[in-house]
This record gives sequence, structure tokens and C-alpha cells, in this order.
Amino acid sequence: MAIWLRRSRSLAHYLKAEIGFWKVPNQRSFLNPCFFNPEKSSSTTLTGENYGNPPSFLGNSPTLFGSRRFESIKSGREELDLEDENGGHQNQAMDFPGGRISFTSEMKFISESPRERIPCYRVLDDDGLPIMHSSFVEVSKEAALKMFSNMVTLETMDTILYEAQRQGRISFYLTSIGEEAINIATAAALTPHDVVLPQYREPGVLLWRGFTLQEFSNQCFGNKADYGKGRQMPIHYGSNKHNYFTVSSTIATQIPQAVGAAYSLKMDKKDACVVTYFGDGGTSEGDFHAGLNFAAVMEAPVVYICRNNGWAISTPVSQQFRSDGVVVKGKAYGIRSIRVDGNDALAVYSATLAAREMAITEQKPILIEMLTYRVGHHSTSDDSTKYRPVDEIEHWKTARNPISRFRKWVDKNGWWSDKDESELRANVRKQLLQAIQVAEKAEKPPISNLFTDVYESLPSNLCEQEELLRESIKRHPQDYPSDVPV
Amino acid sequence: MWGIIRQKVGAGGFPVPILEQSLPRLRPAVSAWRRYSSAAKEMTVRDALNSALDEEMSADPKVFLMGEEVGEYQGAYKISKGLLEKYGPDRVLDTPITEAGFAGIGVGAAYYGLRPIVEFMTFNFSMQAIDHIINSAAKSNYMSAGQINVPIVFRGPNGAAAGVGAQHSQCYAAWFGACPGLKVLAPYSSEDARGLLKAAIRDPDPVVFLENELLYGESFPISAEALDSSFCLPIGKAKIEREGKDVTITAFSKMVGYALKAAEILAKEGISAERFVTKQVINLRSIRPLDTATINASVRKTNRLVTVEEGFPQHGVGAEICTSVIEESFIYLDAPVERIAGADVPMPYAANLERMAVPQVEDIVCAVKRACYRSVPMTATA
Repeated sequence: MAIWLRRSRSLAHYLKAEIGFWKVPNQRSFLNPCFFNPEKSSSTTLTGENYGNPPSFLGNSPTLFGSRRFESIKSGREELDLEDENGGHQNQAMDFPGGRISFTSEMKFISESPRERIPCYRVLDDDGLPIMHSSFVEVSKEAALKMFSNMVTLETMDTILYEAQRQGRISFYLTSIGEEAINIATAAALTPHDVVLPQYREPGVLLWRGFTLQEFSNQCFGNKADYGKGRQMPIHYGSNKHNYFTVSSTIATQIPQAVGAAYSLKMDKKDACVVTYFGDGGTSEGDFHAGLNFAAVMEAPVVYICRNNGWAISTPVSQQFRSDGVVVKGKAYGIRSIRVDGNDALAVYSATLAAREMAITEQKPILIEMLTYRVGHHSTSDDSTKYRPVDEIEHWKTARNPISRFRKWVDKNGWWSDKDESELRANVRKQLLQAIQVAEKAEKPPISNLFTDVYESLPSNLCEQEELLRESIKRHPQDYPSDVPV
Repeated sequence: MWGIIRQKVGAGGFPVPILEQSLPRLRPAVSAWRRYSSAAKEMTVRDALNSALDEEMSADPKVFLMGEEVGEYQGAYKISKGLLEKYGPDRVLDTPITEAGFAGIGVGAAYYGLRPIVEFMTFNFSMQAIDHIINSAAKSNYMSAGQINVPIVFRGPNGAAAGVGAQHSQCYAAWFGACPGLKVLAPYSSEDARGLLKAAIRDPDPVVFLENELLYGESFPISAEALDSSFCLPIGKAKIEREGKDVTITAFSKMVGYALKAAEILAKEGISAERFVTKQVINLRSIRPLDTATINASVRKTNRLVTVEEGFPQHGVGAEICTSVIEESFIYLDAPVERIAGADVPMPYAANLERMAVPQVEDIVCAVKRACYRSVPMTATA
């Protein structure tokens, strides 16, 4: 109370001179009009540089940023009895652009590495037993079995298509081995209306949404039925009808794009959010910084899912960043974040569900760091045994396997058996081999696909080029492969 | 940056008659006489751009503008003046300083159905976003096989201003013009600015719209139909600004003005020059698609070609035009193609050096004379 009375004189000062809000209190010129110094307001060093009337945005329809600036200054005036937990002195506080900050006379640097790392949320222990008192969303038998069978399907698809590349039948492949829980459980927590912008290690999301093994194979073989019309290398899936934007190879470009898409959703006021995935390596890109920063400022309903799998091709996380993983970066941008055990399907499911809910109801971005391990090589162009120990890979492949962990939980509930397991695996394998055969034999896309979609409508120069090409083929048929349609 | 050269384009700068090609989206071509019968209204390029933005934003609620200083500050060059007030912060977004960020966001918004206009303070800064322009915007429609189209416009000043040095003066027409999937436009007059910007905003493909800072303050006569809100110019068509029979001069953006002046000087000396401003493709009103049909038709008539551009000579717009003419109209050429471009150095700052690094009217005059076998010194005197 006494504090309030003591300060009331200076308060009265600036309550009176509301327009003086914009006055520069001392010799230096402050370009940001929101700065004012309550301690100095009674001094005589006002240079009188008056910014005149406050910009109109304060009065009516403020910009997002403008209204927040105004609010923070206002609240700074009113909440004088705040407890300061950092040992700052209550009396010594000042409004800076961005909000009220209390002072401290103790020179203390914030440590670059915490004493304790941010803990990781998990629901099931390594044996698939639910941890006591863990909070998670109940999953029905049907949902659990759907999740489980999708995880198995994803693993099988990865194994077989990887082999197909090794046999020379497709040019490239990239597996998600070890990250099945992230792939499927996040997808299970979303609705079909949520827009997904993937990196490239999330085909499980498409699988969950109904992309068939045949459709996957078609893209990998680049045949006539490929939705990408044979334009992209394998694993660059994309499907509008599944709300899954075409994979783009460049790392992290999807991060700011997600904000743009979320902005569009926000303007339409849809009950949906945007979900975008990236790996630990992707967080080094400039786009990560720009995207997260922007999402926070624009209050965009995006759920950022970082698959921290320990490796970016051969770069381990210790060489990628020196922070406590990715989760702490969220706070730096003003984004709510959580660290989750990415190999625990139930934890992944619960966290994603909660994040989605928050993103949509509160219209703000959320960051989830999923800790996992990239069991496979980066891609078929990589041999990871060259830069990491084989037993490390083995350990994660077996003891920390997300599928077997979930299987244990499902088994304990009596929902699954070994017989079901072998049936499922055999079934999926058969379907997949069939799909690959069909995809391999299918016709390649016709030549017209070379020229379409560069623009919305075919420009004259491309029309010309296509004609010239066709003429050339007619004249020299022996130089053109006979099994490729014209 | 605020040094705007105020130059009135005199009556001599406008050809009589103006050849107006009739195009599907335009109203039927107005005869030149009717144009001149009423007092010609004048409009600066800045106002032309502002009105185009205003009208397109009003017509389609999905159009929105994003960039540094476009809102509160009314635009770094005041192109977006009044728009924040009129359309509110949802449609006019002031962004943090991250070209990569807001270019990416624009592309993402376009993926999901909005029609963003992304403003770069100058195209020199677009280099920080070039991955999104090329890899995200230009290639997405193709890579996704038509599933994701990107109806985005990247606009801002391009090329040299006055006394802003190397990192603020580069011309990006050739760089963006090389990339399939993009459309690249470079307006000159206010009518170009209005018509092409409207066309760009309405176009379903990504468009790079190269303005010029020094032209913003210049006034041009503008017709009543150009002022109409449905006015639109076709992308990919060059415009013949002045009829002539001795030599073809191609130019775009600010160089069009210079070429017109050069033509004036030459006309007095008895050489009549036909100069082009192509509108659609990336160069010459339109740098991509380049209106090679119009260029070649003209060269077949005049038999001589001088290309003018502000940018660096190697791999420039002029190089492309030259090759196109050689491919299609070689036997019609009576003289080697003359290529006028900026000096092959980063733009210097000192006024005398800057003047020598950018093409001047005298350079164009000399080049035309060389193409016409008049004896001239190799370089223009300073």
C-alpha cells in the first residue's frame, strides 16, 4: 500500500500527460514510441520531441502487434504488487517495449546448459506397462488395433520397398524404421481436416489417412497412375484429398509454409489446424526460426512436431545444436512446448491430441519434440554403419522398438495374439508384393506430362517444344523406348 | 533512396498512333484519336500500383498483402498507402524481418487457397527468400502434378535506384526469367503497372513483378479504360511503344524511357527506331514468357536489333533475345545484334561511377548507329 502511495505522484504525472506517453524523456532519441521511463518523467530532461498524436492504430482496430504493445504497457502500470520470483526488486522495474521487466542487482548469467534437462513425457515403460499415475487419453480396442496394424504395415512397406531399391527396381527409398509410433500415433490424433505438411519421413500419416499400398508403389515407380505424374523421385508422396501436401525435398521449407496455410485456416475459422513435421536437423535451418517466430506472432494454429531421432544423415545432435534438444527452443519463441517419448505410441497420441486441441481453441502454435531413434539409414544412398556403432542401431531396433512396446501393451489387454500378428504380417507382405508387381508393370506417364503443370495452362513455347519432340520421335522411332507411351 | 528523378514524359515520348493489340480480356481497342480527344489524365506509377492493389483486394477477399513496412508505414515506397486502414490487419500484414519467413508463409497460404502478394523491400532482399520463390513457388505445381498451385505475386522494386550501392541495385530479371514455373513481369508506364499487376494478381501461377523505384514518382498519361477496375493486360505480350522501320530496340522497365529518348534523338538525325516494351514474360513488359513473336516480327521488318537492359550483361535478358532472334530470324539480320547492358561490376556508389555503370541514352544512340553502320566511337562520352 505504501509503495502504491509513494509512486502515486509519478503515476499521476504520466496519467496526466497521456500524450506525453510519446515524449522522449532524455537526449537519446528512441525510435520506438512505446518507450517511456516512469523514473525520469518528473525530471526536466524532456527534450520535448513530441510524436504528436498517438498513431491511430491504438484507438481503433489495432494491429495484432499494436494492441499487444498497448496492453503490456497498460498492465505494467496496474500490476504493481507482482511477486518477483527471480529475486528482482519490486521497486526497480521498468516498462520496456514488450512489457514490464523488473531489475536485479545481482549479475547473473542464465546458464547455457540446465542442471536438469527437460523431462520427457511417457505413458508406457519399456515393457509396455502403463506407468503408475500417468495421464493419458484412453484408447479403445478398435483404435489401438488400427494403430498397431498400421505401424506393422508401415514397417513392412519400408522393409520391402527398401529391398526393391536394393534390387534396382526403384531408384531411391527412405525408411521410417524406428519412428512408426510417431508416424501413426500422431496421425491417429488428427482429423482428416487437419492439413499436414510433411518433411519426408512421415508416410505413416498418409497410410493412416487411407493411402493404399498400391498408391505408394505407384509413386515410387513413377508410373501412369502416380498422382505426381512421374515428376518426383520416390517417397515424395502428396495427396490433396488426404490433405497431405506433396513432399518437398528442401529441408524445413514446410515450416513457414505451415504458418501460411494455418493463416488461411484461421481466416476461414475452420475447426482444424495445420501439422508439420521436421527432424532435429531441420531445426538448424533459417526457415525453422522464421517459421516458429512468425507462427507465434501471427497466432497461427500450427502443431510443430519435431522428430528428434538423433541423426541428420551422419550429423549427430551434438553437432547439430548445443541446446537441450528442440523443446527449449519453443520457449524462446513464446511457443508452448513439450517433450515426448516418441517411441511410446500412447504418449505420442495423448500429447498430439492435447496439442491439437490447444492449437485450435487458443489459436496458437504448439511445439512437440518427439525423442526417438532413426534405426534405418538416412536413405538408400547412405550406410549409417560408417558413422555410428552397429550395436547402438541394434539396441534401438530391438530393445527400444516402438512396435514391440505397443504390442506388449495391446497383448496385455488381451486384444492381440501371435496368430493375429503372423497373419497380419503375411497379409501385408502379400499385398505389397502384389502392388509392387502391378506398379512395376504399369505404363509410364505419357510424354505430355513432361510439359503440363509448369503453369496452370500450357504456354505457347512449351506447346511448340512438345510438337517438336513428337515429330522427332516419329522420325527416329528406333531411338525411343518402345514400352514408353508417347 | 528517396531521390526520385521527376521527369515528365513529353508528348514526343508517346507515339502517334499507339499500336494497341486487341486482346480477349480487354474491351475493343480504342482508336488513338479518341484517346487524345479528351484531356489525357495523368497518373504516377505509384498511384497506378496502389489503385491496382486496392481494386484487386476489394474484388477478391482472398487477396492479401504481406511484407515489411507495408501496413503502418504505408509501404516503404508508399505503394500500399491507405490499404491497412481500408482492409485491416488481416489483409495487410506487417511482417518481421525475414524474407525467407514471409515468402514461405505466402507460399503456404497460397497452397491452401489464399492469394498473397508478397512485397520485398527491394528484389535484392529476395535473395534471402529465393529458395521459397524457386523451390516452393515455381516448382510446386509441376512437382505436385497440378495438385498444389501457387497463385502468389512477389513484387517490389528491382534494378538500380540512385546512389544506393551494390547490394541495393542489382537487376533480377535474368535470374528469375531463367526459371520455368515463374512468370516475370516488368512494367514501365502507369498503364503497364496497373494492367500487369492486376493480371499478376489474377493469374493462377506464381508471378515475379519487377517494379522500379525511380519510376514510382513518374507520371504517365493514362486512358479511361486503363482506369477501369476490370482493366487487365495480357501476360506474355510485348508492347510496341513507337513505330519505326530502321532498327528494333528492345527494353524493359526504366530502360524503355531511355530508349524512347534515344529514338527521339535519332529521329532528329534521320534514323527512325521502333522500340519495344514487352509486357508479359519476364522481360520486356513480360520477361517470361518472352514475346519472341513480336520481337522477331519486328526484326524481320527492320533487320537490325539493339537490346537494352540495366542488368549485368552475362546471361542477361539481351543474350536470350539475341539467341531467339538468331534462331528464328537469322537471315533477316543485316548487322550483328547490339547488346546494351549495365557494366559487369557490382554497382558503385559515387555518382560519376554509378552513371558509368548503368546504360545512358547516349549509349543506346551509339549502339543504334553502329547497327546502322554509321561510324561512331565505341563508347559514349561521359
